[in-house]
Amino acid sequence: MERIFMGEYDVIVVGAGHAGCEAALAAARMGKKTLMFSMNLEAVAMMPCNPSIGGTGKGHLVREIDALGGEMGLNIDKTFLQSKMLNTAKGPAVHSLRAQADKNRYHVEMKKTIEQTPNLDMRQGEVTDLIVEDGKVCGVETQTGTYFTAKAVILATGTFLAGKIFIGSSVFESGPNGLAPSNLLAENLKKHGMKLRRFKTGTPARCLGSSLDYSKMIEQKGDEKKVPFSFLNDEVGENKISCWLTYTNEETHKVIRANFHRSALFGGQIEGIGPRYCPSIEDKINRFADKERHQTFIEPEGLDTDEMYIQGMSSSLPEDVQVAFYKTIPGLENLRITRPAYAIEYDCIDPQDLKLNLENRHIENLFCAGQFNGSSGYEEAAAQGLMAGINAVLKISGKNPLVLGRNEAYIGVLIDDLVTKGTNEPYRIMTSRAEYRLVLRQDNADLRLTEKGYQVGLATEERYQRYLQKKENVAKEMTRMEEKSFAPSEVNSFLEAHGTSPVQGRISMAELLKRPQITYEDLAEIDDETRPDLSYHEVTQLEVQVKYEGYINKQLSQIERFKKLEDRKLSQDIDYSSIEGLRIEAAQKLNQIKPESMGQASRISGVSPADINVLLVYLEKKRRGK
Amino acid sequence: MREDTIAAIATATGEGGIGIVRISGEDSLNILNKIFCPVSGKINNRVLSYGHIIDPDNDKTVDEVMSVFMKGPHSYTAEDVVEIQCHGSVVSLRKILALTLKHGARLAERGEFTKRAFLNGRLDLSQAEAVIDLIKAKSDKTFDIALSQLEGAFSSKIKEIRADLVDILVNLTVNIDYPDEDIEEMTYEKLEEGLRLVNNKIEGLLSTADTGRIINEGLKVSIVGKPNVGKSSLMNALMGENRAIVTDIPGTTRDTIEESITIRDIPIILTDTAGIHETDDVIEQIGIEKSKESFNKADLVIFMLDASSQLTQEDYEILNHIGERKAIVLLNKTDIGKNIDETEIKNVLNDAFIIETAVREGIGISALADIIENMVYGGEVSQKSSLLVTNVRHKNILEESNQSIIDALDLIAAWQPLEFIEIDVNRCYELLGEIIGETAADDIIEKVFERFCLGK
Repeated sequence: MERIFMGEYDVIVVGAGHAGCEAALAAARMGKKTLMFSMNLEAVAMMPCNPSIGGTGKGHLVREIDALGGEMGLNIDKTFLQSKMLNTAKGPAVHSLRAQADKNRYHVEMKKTIEQTPNLDMRQGEVTDLIVEDGKVCGVETQTGTYFTAKAVILATGTFLAGKIFIGSSVFESGPNGLAPSNLLAENLKKHGMKLRRFKTGTPARCLGSSLDYSKMIEQKGDEKKVPFSFLNDEVGENKISCWLTYTNEETHKVIRANFHRSALFGGQIEGIGPRYCPSIEDKINRFADKERHQTFIEPEGLDTDEMYIQGMSSSLPEDVQVAFYKTIPGLENLRITRPAYAIEYDCIDPQDLKLNLENRHIENLFCAGQFNGSSGYEEAAAQGLMAGINAVLKISGKNPLVLGRNEAYIGVLIDDLVTKGTNEPYRIMTSRAEYRLVLRQDNADLRLTEKGYQVGLATEERYQRYLQKKENVAKEMTRMEEKSFAPSEVNSFLEAHGTSPVQGRISMAELLKRPQITYEDLAEIDDETRPDLSYHEVTQLEVQVKYEGYINKQLSQIERFKKLEDRKLSQDIDYSSIEGLRIEAAQKLNQIKPESMGQASRISGVSPADINVLLVYLEKKRRGK
Repeated sequence: MREDTIAAIATATGEGGIGIVRISGEDSLNILNKIFCPVSGKINNRVLSYGHIIDPDNDKTVDEVMSVFMKGPHSYTAEDVVEIQCHGSVVSLRKILALTLKHGARLAERGEFTKRAFLNGRLDLSQAEAVIDLIKAKSDKTFDIALSQLEGAFSSKIKEIRADLVDILVNLTVNIDYPDEDIEEMTYEKLEEGLRLVNNKIEGLLSTADTGRIINEGLKVSIVGKPNVGKSSLMNALMGENRAIVTDIPGTTRDTIEESITIRDIPIILTDTAGIHETDDVIEQIGIEKSKESFNKADLVIFMLDASSQLTQEDYEILNHIGERKAIVLLNKTDIGKNIDETEIKNVLNDAFIIETAVREGIGISALADIIENMVYGGEVSQKSSLLVTNVRHKNILEESNQSIIDALDLIAAWQPLEFIEIDVNRCYELLGEIIGETAADDIIEKVFERFCLGK
């Protein structure tokens, strides 16, 4: 076949899912000529599974992506159907925003943004191979015989790579949602020496809303007070839909149990490893046999469709069994399925083959992101895509990489976990994976990250100015609140009205806000005309900083200690097997991961505190040897 | 790895007239201020000051000492360093060390002062190898200690508490990370109940710490000697209670008696053996077999002789059996008379300590305790470092972990958010893990998915 040269780019992104879109937008916005490939442009920012963005940990990621200058937060703010802040009964560190998305509009809006972004081309086509010269990637080839050159390539292939779908005994090669899989690329990546492995995930059936009886379900409305994801938005639109809660019952479980043998999961056809936190319904019933019922949320897929998503009920059972068990659920008795549930298996890499900037260890300038790296979830993918995009640009511009620490961002936790510890199943972020949860809040993501996003040239001037303004407004108001105080006669009736004890001496407004019963909004009752008009984001920030100051400071001092090891950098050229005193296991692991700092080294499994001490001595020895 | 303040006994213990406790790190001066009362009323940089170490908890004077504070970088480790020169007795040194630990220092690992000195540029390059050797030695040692403790009742108790904490943490985690799931809510009442239980268990362990029973294992000391030489009396004297039956009839102790006691804060498992002698009595025969067994396992043998009569063939048999073992020979019943020639004993056991006692009259008991203490801290008997280190270190960690539970309970009382409380509970879990060498951070998340049915 003829080889046709079709263009020269700085950055080429393979894949246009949540990772691919963020990567391409970041690279283009940072001024690099960028090309994004998709097997099918109808699949740009497609949500092939749940119709929602955010949730615990994930909502934090979206805020961080936004703070750095990514698109996900803005796009969901434009296209959300219902918004909910989770965990409000708990503290501010784990408040997590989640929004139901209009899937089609999410895709349309993202595609529009991409179309309008300067420096960014998108193209339908299947990338079948990488062009690698002297261990350095320098372009891609496509199925139609064309090739494009690039200084950096980002792989974000999602579940397309050698994708295989399982429904009962039916197995066929496919990407998600009926789209074609990418088989040639998988083969060629292996030829370039990349070690691929199989992971698995699944999605439930979709059905028509008009076939459901909502009177048998519990309505789930959005929050009255709707909160935007993006720091650029002060408010967002209305909740447009409700979700519905219903439960499985003994009858459901009986049907599923009777058909265990027909499930692809138990039949042994699936070799991929699925995530434990996203089990199929047959998995749930098998593993938790005592549980009498499992909840399921019925969630709209969009405004222009009547299709509904049956959350919590993914399956690889045959279609007749699917219909039978779904129909045992109250409200679903007459359901009409539009798309059956399926399990999907795909190729991905071991993320331990990556550096912390998401560059492949073995092929220079090749960056990797998303499910291809062994993660799961739209938000996890987007976060990696963004970082891969930023770092690809920094690399080809000869600049230092942007690596976020575990103390700085959930994105840092996510990438460090993947790269340093590896994963045996599709990786999902959780707030409990973060050591410094009290500091890594969703309310302060902009304060933590916008400066960094601005410095690398991604966060816009507008975003940066807003961030500066917010910082200033919060600081100013903090000072005002500390200075403004009240006599007991001025506040005691107010205090009693809010169910908190009266005071005997003067008390500052900041002290008042420290009381759990009192919000910043409440204080308006006793405040004067100097009270500024603060935005939602500013008020939240102020409240959290005042109310939880002590705990936050405690955690900040822990971070100071943590940073001492993180700040000790390790060269990539160290041959650990030559260091006297290191145990063999530790040397092997260190040679495999090539940690970038002493802190990262200490998190590698198989590296003991004694090994770290040996390394410290080695480093000092080397430093003085110079 | 923590860059915290460390403390250790810096001099060889047991012998010298003066001992030194050294502290290094940011908190050195703070700690000194808490426990040291200088006569002059103040502590100056690099000036030796005279005063007393006083336990701030009970205002009791521990020792009369000279202290010096050396501000970093002009010190051995280039950090802030404090040295407390006290009387050289082990008891004094250990008490002062324990106070420094209680008030914020961590027990230094072997070679840690040297390591810090090196990393901070105080030692030259040629010494780097020595530092690595120290670290390596340390890790081997740690391994030994960890192994010996894994079997003990102490570690199984720690594991039990950690299992309680896992239950709590898993529930907390799932409540925090899965607010939408159909799972039991972690109420403050339930959380408090669970934490109180943990708190009680840790305090239970702590309450025994001072008597040394914290570690069920200890130095294995076997008392041997022919019948009626006073073994049971010695045991009773050491224990301070009538545990063994004491009569004048030879062979009263039919079985071996094992007791955990402490001598000068050193945990000891004391075995009183039936007198080793030839007998036709079947019951006694079993006792004698056991005696030989326990004798063989002992770290230290206390061989008792009746000083009022001459050495018998049985005595010689036991003497020969002792062989290379560490032994203390007690010439008992010296109040009745002394008919034994010590040189005969020296001929067989030339390294053995020999002391004269009259156990029933309480004579010589404290001399015996002195010798045991010196042997332990002087390095004569093999378990020395593990006993000291684990004891103080464990107590320290237990106190710290208990404090984090108390902090968590305070947060509950103040209705603070779950994720704040989780931090303290998790801290306790990690600390207890340090004792038994289990610190895997991801096991809670593993358990969450094992126990709960979660997901989309």
